[in-house]
Amino acid sequence: MSALPRLPLDRECPMHPPKTYARLQANEPVARAEVYNGDKVWLITKYEYVKALLGDERFSAVPSMPGYPQLSAGVGAAALEERTFLRMDNPDHDHYRKMLTREFTVKAVQRLSPRVQQMIDGLIDDMLTKGPPLDLVPALGLALPSMVITLLLGAPEEDHAFVQDRASARINFNATPEQTRAATRDLLGYLEKLVTEKENEPGDDILSRLIVTYGRTGALSHEEIVHMGRLLISAGHETTSSMISLGTLALLENPGQQAALVGDPSLADRAVEELLRYLTIIPFSTRRVATAEVEIGGHTIRPGEGVFMLTPAANRDPEHFPEPDRLDITRDARHHLAFGYGVHQCLGQQLARMELQAVFATLFTRIPTLRLAVPMAEVSFRDDSVTYGVRALPVTW
Amino acid sequence: MRVRVDAGKCVGAGSCALVAPDVFDQDDDDGTVILLHEAVPAGHEDQVREAAAICPAGVIALNHTGG
Ligand code: HEM
Repeated sequence: MSALPRLPLDRECPMHPPKTYARLQANEPVARAEVYNGDKVWLITKYEYVKALLGDERFSAVPSMPGYPQLSAGVGAAALEERTFLRMDNPDHDHYRKMLTREFTVKAVQRLSPRVQQMIDGLIDDMLTKGPPLDLVPALGLALPSMVITLLLGAPEEDHAFVQDRASARINFNATPEQTRAATRDLLGYLEKLVTEKENEPGDDILSRLIVTYGRTGALSHEEIVHMGRLLISAGHETTSSMISLGTLALLENPGQQAALVGDPSLADRAVEELLRYLTIIPFSTRRVATAEVEIGGHTIRPGEGVFMLTPAANRDPEHFPEPDRLDITRDARHHLAFGYGVHQCLGQQLARMELQAVFATLFTRIPTLRLAVPMAEVSFRDDSVTYGVRALPVTW
Repeated sequence: MRVRVDAGKCVGAGSCALVAPDVFDQDDDDGTVILLHEAVPAGHEDQVREAAAICPAGVIALNHTGG
């Protein structure tokens, strides 16, 4: 009997998912694999199946459920301490999620858009003043999302660096359970203080609105508001940051696509959907445990069995995206699953879209000759984290 | 073409309001779907089909009969 694939698999090429995914998708779209501690899990690689199972509420997102699949002991420990709707099933999930949805509607995001555009203009002014070469990760990738999240939470701007550092430590696969727990504690301690300040003096921000609408009526405890703030930082910050830096790299690596965007910045909307599809930077978060017997593709998944719905594989399914390994910013890719699917589909997706569209349209209009300052082989990728990305992106123009 | 929504199941992801803003809006209080036209205005059928296909919670149902 041949050995089972063990997650996470190594990538042969940093801009593509592991080749095993395509092989499984063609031959064994519902397959067995194992994780770090030898536990057996299911791997789902076909678009249709991934979408169906993520939309199926017979699967649970609660990490304390027996059989819930984990990729490492550290990240597993961090997940167990999260008490937010990301890790809840219905009816609780919808109850809590709906307290935040109004902050992320299409219209709410449109109202934020001028502020975000100003931030981007300012950051690119700074890049041009400083001059090439420079590292795009701190200059734009990390800077913009931390400015946006601190604005949303009503936190002081100078707290960016701390928030960033602690949020990254929580999701590193090499971190020990002690390290991820310490990082979680630090973040919670910080938010604890911030929420207490807002309770005494509410402002115009998400935390204050949660306090006034739900805290004061007893619908949310102080602790629950703290955990919601923590969720917004961990779900919204590193993700958007990584899409800015890795998305820029994908365009620099495909000069024809970069030229198309430079020639027509209105392509940014489509480019963002295509980059989300192509890069699928959250490869493993869409995992669940079955709570009932579920038939899929001729297999039976039993209660208590863990399942990875592999969105990076689904987003390269040739039945839904012709020539899936080609980056084509003119294609219609909006049906990608990079934000997940089902009731947990990304709450911040309209905000992420707006930030990314504005970043790419502005960056390539103002610096059309942007290019890598080092050979591609010298770019260092972060493959040891919940979010895939680059550690640094030296660019010049 | 006619369209129905089950707002009780909606998770407020906003995809319908993004792709078919003339047919779907979102509630200011909880982000859930508001259907602006049960009878899809001519020319918006493709947008509404896409909205139904990408809705993460399966809230949007299409009905072609009588249309
Ligand atoms: C490009 C950037 C982003 C990507 C790729 C992304 C991806 C995802 C994915 C895949 C999920 C589903 C996880 C699962 O099914 O278990 C998710 C959920 C979530 N995201 Fe995002 N996200 C991004 C940006 C944001 C932003 C900017 C925010 C908010 C500030 C945010 C807030 C959330 C929240 C709160 C959830 C949990 C939703 C729930 O469980 O109902 N995300 N995101």
